[in-house]
Amino acid sequence: MREEPVMNGANSAAAPGGYTIDICMAAGCLSCQADLVKDALEKEISKHGLGDTCSVRGVGCLGLCMAGPLIVVEPTGVMYGSAVSADAEAIVKSVSGAPVKRLELNAQQPFFSRQVKIVLENSGRIDPEKLEDYLAQDGYAALSTAVTEMTPPGVVNRILKSGIRGRGGAGYPTGLKWGTVAKSTGAQKYVICNADEGDPGAFMDRAVLESDPHRVLEGMAIAGYAVGASQGYIYVRAEYPLAVKRLKNAIRQAERAGYLGSNICGTDFRFNVDIRLGAGAFVCGEETALISSIEGNRGIPRPRPPFPAAKGLWNSPTLINNVETFANIAPIVRNGGEWFASIGTEKSKGTKVFALAGRVSNTGLVEVPMGITLREILYDIGGGIPDGKKFKAVQTGGPSGGCLPEQFLDMAVDYESLAKAGSIMGSGGMIVMDETSCMVDVARFFMEFCMTESCGKCVPCRVGTCQMHDILAKITGGTATMRDLDLLEELCDTVKSCSLCGLGQTSPNPVLSTLRYFRDEYMAHIQDHVCPAGVCQMKPARTLAEVAA
Amino acid sequence: MQSRQPALEGKPSAPSPNVAAPVADDKRWKLVNATMRRHGYQSHALIETLHTVQEAFGYLDDDSLRYVSAALKVPYSKVYGVATFYHFFTLKPQGEHTCVVCMGTACYIKGAPALLAGIREAIGVESGQTTDNGRVSVLSARCIGSCGLAPAVVLDGEVAGRMNAKDLKDRLAGWMASGRAVEEVVPQ
Repeated sequence: MREEPVMNGANSAAAPGGYTIDICMAAGCLSCQADLVKDALEKEISKHGLGDTCSVRGVGCLGLCMAGPLIVVEPTGVMYGSAVSADAEAIVKSVSGAPVKRLELNAQQPFFSRQVKIVLENSGRIDPEKLEDYLAQDGYAALSTAVTEMTPPGVVNRILKSGIRGRGGAGYPTGLKWGTVAKSTGAQKYVICNADEGDPGAFMDRAVLESDPHRVLEGMAIAGYAVGASQGYIYVRAEYPLAVKRLKNAIRQAERAGYLGSNICGTDFRFNVDIRLGAGAFVCGEETALISSIEGNRGIPRPRPPFPAAKGLWNSPTLINNVETFANIAPIVRNGGEWFASIGTEKSKGTKVFALAGRVSNTGLVEVPMGITLREILYDIGGGIPDGKKFKAVQTGGPSGGCLPEQFLDMAVDYESLAKAGSIMGSGGMIVMDETSCMVDVARFFMEFCMTESCGKCVPCRVGTCQMHDILAKITGGTATMRDLDLLEELCDTVKSCSLCGLGQTSPNPVLSTLRYFRDEYMAHIQDHVCPAGVCQMKPARTLAEVAA
Repeated sequence: MQSRQPALEGKPSAPSPNVAAPVADDKRWKLVNATMRRHGYQSHALIETLHTVQEAFGYLDDDSLRYVSAALKVPYSKVYGVATFYHFFTLKPQGEHTCVVCMGTACYIKGAPALLAGIREAIGVESGQTTDNGRVSVLSARCIGSCGLAPAVVLDGEVAGRMNAKDLKDRLAGWMASGRAVEEVVPQ
């Protein structure tokens, strides 16, 4: 069944011994006119009559978004960044000779060499719009093994053994979840892929869907086989039109090739996947709200239990996992649970994809083993803080996470240690802030987000986030008193303990973590009427020098 | 909970015969009907249908909400509730050009508020508003996932990364200066 893997990862369309120019066609590079550069490259190739030895291929995300559009010449591995159409001639002419120095990026720099790729192993190496490319990288081999050689409990066991935990944020063991859904009784079960990546500052799922959509479909089909579901839904944000387009294309290809639909791989197993578009509601990342949205209602969560594993979509047992979790499934089935469990730390296995953004030199997408330190991610891979500025904090987990100061830079990144430090793993957004960011303003920014995204069902979240936001606005406006600060802390506690769903329960996290590590900034705003970072417009405005005098 | 499982439903029910599209000869309604038909006119097709309406017409007006409500046999109150719950849906017509400013964390840290201030200065509108001549609508987005290129804006559907207030102002000034005549873009 298995196809022979093509050597070197590059199943080039050119003749043997020829060159392939891979250009990133994910959303980041497309916004840097990657499509125009691709056209120009193709024109140059035909102009110079090199069609027999050289071809151009659009691939998925290569990671270093800040240097887009990214180009890799295979098999030499020469990498170019920030190319424009006018550079096409030089690039094409140099494929077999010396690289174009002014555009060349060091492909061996730590940003690339320190990463460990499982989820993103195909990203940037295959054309996401071609099924053949995916098949050449062992694509759908895991699905075929699962349905022809393994029993459903066997698949669940392998996932359990791998120790993988949900990549959506909460970190619930995936194997346990699969086991629960598999044991639930019901004529119809569903598999849902949560691709409603609502965290501002996170774009891992978008990149996976745009770069390797078949990988997600394969993971879902394996899940369907393991838990006994025949229908899957991908709930994806309407804000990601390219991801939606590539998913639709991939579903069509997989159906035609017999990897989705009836009689998958010649067996009785059938599994269909449909896309449901989200419509811009952060709360729909919560699983019960997401289910409500697929059912055509407002995205409003309901109390759990019953958990979706028992009563989910249309009251049937439903398995919900994140995009990145599904993207990990095929390699686990292919290589075994022990292989996956050998990567990472004792309680957090495997790798995690992070979206590195904010005040850091190398912004983009990185995949690192669990247990790596924040310093390695931010300084070795991320290249440190640009413009000679000083590091202040790193924000993980979006509006549900927290801001960690310098003292945590040497902490190992896994679910437990992040939680202990007052943040969360979250879906993987990592925003770096330097001394030009005011931490009170950042807390206010996140609270404004939670306030507008609160669905309004439960009072603690609906009213509490408004009140907390007003107090934070008072502090950043310079009119708050110490009593406001006490009230803020009390509200944090109330909203955290009394809200119905994760959105409300975690909304105080940015406030709590900034209060814990940057209390002096709050004090400066309240007592001295000064914003140390110079961000907030205080009335009356004072400078640090005036306060000191 | 109110929705039923599609697999257990029998034949898809046809829409009531007396439900006519607001402007029957407008071909865009065919797209909307096609979406509803694909889902068997079931109530859970509501969000997908509203997406199609917005894609075809640019926004959701009262007539279209009432039509969808009748065709899917969903109370108007619920249709209105869904249309206003989700940020992606807009009940107001958009201008000839749209400028979406990303307000995600990375963009916020890297100067998105300055971009909004620049827009205010250049064309005098806030996020969520359209200029009086109907040329430009300004919107803000939660996060468009282009964090590596922060601050990012979406100009007529094209993502433009590493934007600064000056370039953005120039772009908007260009939009304001040229384009179709005002009367054509003001909706009836």
